Amino acid sequence: MTRFVLHRIGFYVLIAVLLAFFTVPLLWLASAPFTSDPTYKVRLPDFTSENFRAILDNPYALGSLWNSVLLAAGTAVLVVVFAALAAYALSRVHLPGRDALLYTLLLLSSIITGTAAMVPLFQLAVELHLIDSQLGLILIMTGGLLPAAIFMMKDFMDSTPKSYEESARVFGASPLQIVRHVVVPLVRPGLATIAVWAVANVWGNFLMPYLLLSDVDKQPAAVIMYTLYTEGGQANIKLLATFGLLYSVPVVLMYLFVSKKYGFRFHGGIKR
Amino acid sequence: MAQATLPPEVLDDAKARRYSADAAGLGRLRAGAFVAPALALISLFLVFPALWVLYLGLSNYRLTGAAAAAPQLVGFDNFVKALTDPEFWNSTWLTFEFVLGSAVIGQVVLGFLLAWIMRDRTGPLKRIVEGLVILAWILPSAVVSFLWVALLDRDDGTLNTLLHSQDFAPLLDHPMLSIIIFNIWRGAAFSMMLYGAALGNVPPSHLESARLAGASGWQQLRDVVFPHIRGHVLTNLLLISLWTFNDFTPFLLTAGGPDGKTEVLAVHVYQVALQGGELGYGAAVSTVILLINLVVAVFYLRLLRSKK
Repeated sequence: MTRFVLHRIGFYVLIAVLLAFFTVPLLWLASAPFTSDPTYKVRLPDFTSENFRAILDNPYALGSLWNSVLLAAGTAVLVVVFAALAAYALSRVHLPGRDALLYTLLLLSSIITGTAAMVPLFQLAVELHLIDSQLGLILIMTGGLLPAAIFMMKDFMDSTPKSYEESARVFGASPLQIVRHVVVPLVRPGLATIAVWAVANVWGNFLMPYLLLSDVDKQPAAVIMYTLYTEGGQANIKLLATFGLLYSVPVVLMYLFVSKKYGFRFHGGIKR
Repeated sequence: MAQATLPPEVLDDAKARRYSADAAGLGRLRAGAFVAPALALISLFLVFPALWVLYLGLSNYRLTGAAAAAPQLVGFDNFVKALTDPEFWNSTWLTFEFVLGSAVIGQVVLGFLLAWIMRDRTGPLKRIVEGLVILAWILPSAVVSFLWVALLDRDDGTLNTLLHSQDFAPLLDHPMLSIIIFNIWRGAAFSMMLYGAALGNVPPSHLESARLAGASGWQQLRDVVFPHIRGHVLTNLLLISLWTFNDFTPFLLTAGGPDGKTEVLAVHVYQVALQGGELGYGAAVSTVILLINLVVAVFYLRLLRSKK
């Protein structure tokens, strides 16, 4: 009996420690934006809206959030469209060397994304005049995300029944029409998964925009957040807290929406 | 002529199979056209940089100056320079500490612990714990790294308040330990979710019989659970090792400082190539990073295959 009680106590102590470890760093983000003259100290907020007014007056804050939306949406659209087309073709037609190609690309993308390709990507962007171009950044990030997206998408394509496509073809639909009107509705959950994954990836990406966009008017929220922190040697805590909250809310909402609608977890683990 | 001698049902069968695989009648040409845009972007922005980094590493290319206009091939000079540079070895060692401490040990153990204690629970406690762990994972890196700067601040940081200590500045006094703990906090969610799914695959009857046979908790873990989730553990290790190895987020917390004490390889490349302008040398370091990544990937894939 005592053993059982000790076991219970141990369990709840462990839970409490883990909860504290994961909660304490987040407290500041919940309190500081609503506190007047915030410092690094976590205080009970007095629910002022002054910090939010200050962020509205900042010339770059709202614009950078809009830039983040542009980059994330642009990349997600390109990734979803190109990955769906490629995955469909690879799933239905046996192109020579298909599997080797897929695995090589996947390995390459997980290895080279970000830091190892920093120098050549920077140089490539200079040569192609893609420095300070949001479109260029979208294309570069799309290229980095596509292999994994095609890989995930092909799983969805492989598992859809082919009989619908056959009937559509009997009625004289062209391949593009079949993809648009028959295949896309069937794999919609897959498309949504890829889109959310791409948006989350771009929304949080700091390195690529930091490297490739030097014009403050074009920089996304990730870079502005860092600028607010380092600018002038002194962190502007009022702006940082509020901006950090505004920048975080969209991903949290997206996560809540996705986990409610599709269930945000792995089923049976990851297939390679 | 060979076709004509085949019995008609075989011909029909072969035709039907081809027909059902390519149900929309795409054909190779149009299939190629569907793949082309993706392949073009991947080639240009992924394959080409990977090859280009190999070439650059052999040149003396610089961001500015004479070598920027007319870079020359210098053979393996950059690699010799890297391998004899104590700063490079310092960064490699720090990266090793970072990957081993925060991913291979930290995230795996904490992620498994969370999945294990939450495995048969339902209800609000599970939702709250999992929600908070996942929140740490999905928030943008620029935000969480600043949250940790606030947490660890020397004067007003929450950690100092909690410990009733003064002037304790972990980012200055224990910078490496700080970014390791930060990364455990940041990345535990992925391992937790992966192990949560894996533990769901362990047949409860096996655990039950082990318990009836008098196996202790640790013995159950070792002899029943672990053999079932071995593949998941290796997949998880592969992914988080590579992610952590290439992670640039430590830069946002410490910018590699103080005195290069947290300059992991990812940050080191940025410092020498884009701050210092030595693109060729930076590319050589990148090549070394690529090679290490490749070795890590092949090592885990080997282990993964050896189970069958």
